[in-house]
Amino acid sequence: MTTTTDASSPRAARPRTPAGKTGMWLDERFKGAGATRKYLNKVFPDHWSFMMGEIALYSFITLILTGTYLSFFFDASMGEVKYNGSYVPLQGVEMSRAYASTLNISFDVRGGLVIRQIHHWAALLFVAAMLIHMLRVFFTGAFRKPRELNWLIGLTLLVLGVIEGFVGYSLPDDLLSGTGFRIAYSIILSIPVIGTWLAFMIFGGPFPGTVIIGRLYITHVLLIPGILVALVAAHLAIMVRQKHTDFPGAGKSEATVVGHRFYPKFSAQATGFFFIVFGVVAALGGLAQINPIWLFGPYNPAQVSSGSQPDWYMGLLDGSTRLFPSWEIRLWGHTIPALFWPTVVLPTILIGLAAAYPFIEARLTKDRARHNLLQRPRDVPVRTALGAMACTFCAVLFLSGGNDLIAKAFDISLNAMTWGGRIATLVLPPLAYAIVYRLCIGLQRHDREVLEHGVETGIIKRLPTGEFIEVHQPLGPVDEHGHGTLTYAAASVPKRMNRLGRGRTAHVRGFFYPVKEKPEIAERLAALEESEHPELESAEREVELTD
Amino acid sequence: MSSTGPDIPSEDELRAMTTEQAMLTGAATDGVYAVHRRNRFPVPGTKAEKRSERAVALLFTIAALAGVAFIVVFIAAPWNWKPPGNSQNFRFYTPLLGLLLGIMLTALGAGAILWAKWLMPEEEFVQERHDDVQPGEGADQVMTGATLVAGYQDTGLPRRSLLVRTLVLAGGAVATVPLVALIGGLLKAPGKTLFHTLWSPQPAKYPNGIPVVYADGRRVSPNDLQAGGLATVFPGVPDGVRDASSPTLLIRLRPGQGKDVTARSGQANWGWGDFVAYSKICTHAGCPASLYEQQTTRLLCPCHQSQFEVLKDCKPVFGPATRSLPKLKLEVEVVDGVQYFVAPQDYQEPIGPGFWERG
Repeated sequence: MTTTTDASSPRAARPRTPAGKTGMWLDERFKGAGATRKYLNKVFPDHWSFMMGEIALYSFITLILTGTYLSFFFDASMGEVKYNGSYVPLQGVEMSRAYASTLNISFDVRGGLVIRQIHHWAALLFVAAMLIHMLRVFFTGAFRKPRELNWLIGLTLLVLGVIEGFVGYSLPDDLLSGTGFRIAYSIILSIPVIGTWLAFMIFGGPFPGTVIIGRLYITHVLLIPGILVALVAAHLAIMVRQKHTDFPGAGKSEATVVGHRFYPKFSAQATGFFFIVFGVVAALGGLAQINPIWLFGPYNPAQVSSGSQPDWYMGLLDGSTRLFPSWEIRLWGHTIPALFWPTVVLPTILIGLAAAYPFIEARLTKDRARHNLLQRPRDVPVRTALGAMACTFCAVLFLSGGNDLIAKAFDISLNAMTWGGRIATLVLPPLAYAIVYRLCIGLQRHDREVLEHGVETGIIKRLPTGEFIEVHQPLGPVDEHGHGTLTYAAASVPKRMNRLGRGRTAHVRGFFYPVKEKPEIAERLAALEESEHPELESAEREVELTD
Repeated sequence: MSSTGPDIPSEDELRAMTTEQAMLTGAATDGVYAVHRRNRFPVPGTKAEKRSERAVALLFTIAALAGVAFIVVFIAAPWNWKPPGNSQNFRFYTPLLGLLLGIMLTALGAGAILWAKWLMPEEEFVQERHDDVQPGEGADQVMTGATLVAGYQDTGLPRRSLLVRTLVLAGGAVATVPLVALIGGLLKAPGKTLFHTLWSPQPAKYPNGIPVVYADGRRVSPNDLQAGGLATVFPGVPDGVRDASSPTLLIRLRPGQGKDVTARSGQANWGWGDFVAYSKICTHAGCPASLYEQQTTRLLCPCHQSQFEVLKDCKPVFGPATRSLPKLKLEVEVVDGVQYFVAPQDYQEPIGPGFWERG
């Protein structure tokens, strides 16, 4: 590390600039200098997989911004109106005010359609990023003590995010979402004992009634977002308090965190990343049409279009509903519909398993230690294989949610798709467990092999005996047999020569000829190089520079 | 590295330091230490530095220009929907806005990130987590615990069981009342609502049965449908067309097929000629089961692919549905010499998805 000490650098003296004076003014009143500095100096580790949670956070902010805009124009009413806006094909059609005002946003508010589509894309991304973030946390063991509570908060955020998305998707009261929403009503109706009462409570009578859109609206813009904001704040506050986890490696330890400070570098990069997430979603919102409700028409309980697909995060439930056999239970004058099992019981089990997992694992492994260093998936084969099993199960259900489209695209019998899905949900998960478990062990063995023999150099050497051998580059010191002495540390091992790094060489720039610095700058560069690396032969350096 | 950090220099000592030194001292006070910190461009003015700066500046310029272009397009470009036959240039409005917004935000974001990566000093700081057991932590736990317990004893609750019990009662009341008020306001007794539809007879108004009508209100006559055809029909009563539980499928089977229909007991003559009518609402999840295949005489629900065999009285033959589609009894009345369908009675079982009280 070098610190500049020349006399010209500014001193930490009394503030003279307006910003400095403002800071002083504030601190004289609130005494926050010490606490503020602590947060400015907070260190955040760097790894690409840590960006998934950031994507979720930034798409959530995008949702709040675009959603607030949409609320200025949306009319959450089921009152009937004859459409007379500028979309000619629907003029004169009877529809709810909710649907009419969504058409209005799409056709009669300048730039309204792009905001509506950004909102929809951001919602899809929000849930997707949360799910992938959750998978990252699961497969690296970041949920272990002391972070179990944040795992539960995160899981709650995911579930609420899915509900929030579904409710928002249902607001326009179009044919596609209305069909989905009637299924939601049927699901509530299917709950034993309280189903009809609950459904009538929510809908204010039998489906669709006259109040549900208004209730959905306040749920969508106040109730759930309020809870989401509070939980996101708690999620972040806990992360800041407990400090971020990091992957093991050189210079890493359980007692420290290594990376960039919040100010200025991390905050600059995080802000930049927010704009990129918002920018990508904005471009999608403009270029990729989504949910063109004017093509579906207003909701009508007697109509449906084939190939009706919900938003992606509902695919799993759609699939489970399609695959579950027609097992209706009728006992003592009561009915438990088949619909109840794949739509209420199954998600409850899935969410319950996810919530309980950190505690189950801690109990089975008797691991009560605090963990700040992550695990690589390969180093915990059982957990990784269990995760793969769960992912496979959900993936089969997700694909089955579109089995009619797959059947159509590949000209397969729809009934065969259903049966294939039923069998696959039972057969593929255990298979995934076995395969992934073996993969983890294999990857571990490969790491050990590299530690023992070194990295493959790609150099084939012929011995005087005529034997060909491949030359390996040991990673560290070797014993008398030429075997590496580094021990397995459950950290990433370089496996290619270019990851080992090479000698410090000046990078030659310039397309047609090397870039030449001005003489006085070149002189200072050479002097600096000399002072930093006196061990390099000057001739060698020259060769590198003119190479 | 002690947990309290190094001794903090005096204010005067700090004032005598360079900004860098004072910053590093502050970081060390917070348990944050620089393991690596290096100016990327120790010699100012190199071509590499200028190149990086220019690239970042270019991205910021692109962001600004995209913003200007966005405003121009927003104000000046055609955006109103026009029917085919007119200029369709409005179609480019939304894609252009999204693209320009995306370019503006992405360029700004990429500029900020590259600025941090290329121009700000290389740095690697290490921060102590302080999350192992710290000296004095055990003492804190004991003292806090003692404070909590002593306070609890001060309240007298441990020995005043009467207070505890009445307080629990009062707390329970305070917690329950809002719940009761909310749920009480929302509660609606389902009663027998789910057991009948708008096909329920209204002898006073419709002595021969509820008229069968199309979505536009026209009455349905047997001559309307060709063999093998089907129509969605509704009860011809106020709000009948919009009611969610009343949509009904009227199917005209091909000649002769009508005799093949195996009916539920007591429902053998509920059809009329080759015509049969079933609830359109799928008994699985309430979607309209509306895809009819003339050749296989199967009805398919497009939501979850339940399939109903019309010739077997709309019995489910594949997929998740359990119950047959309820059948509607059809009759015909003659008005001004024209035959029209009527429904003399409601469905004899609840239509649509199952529920607990269905039996």
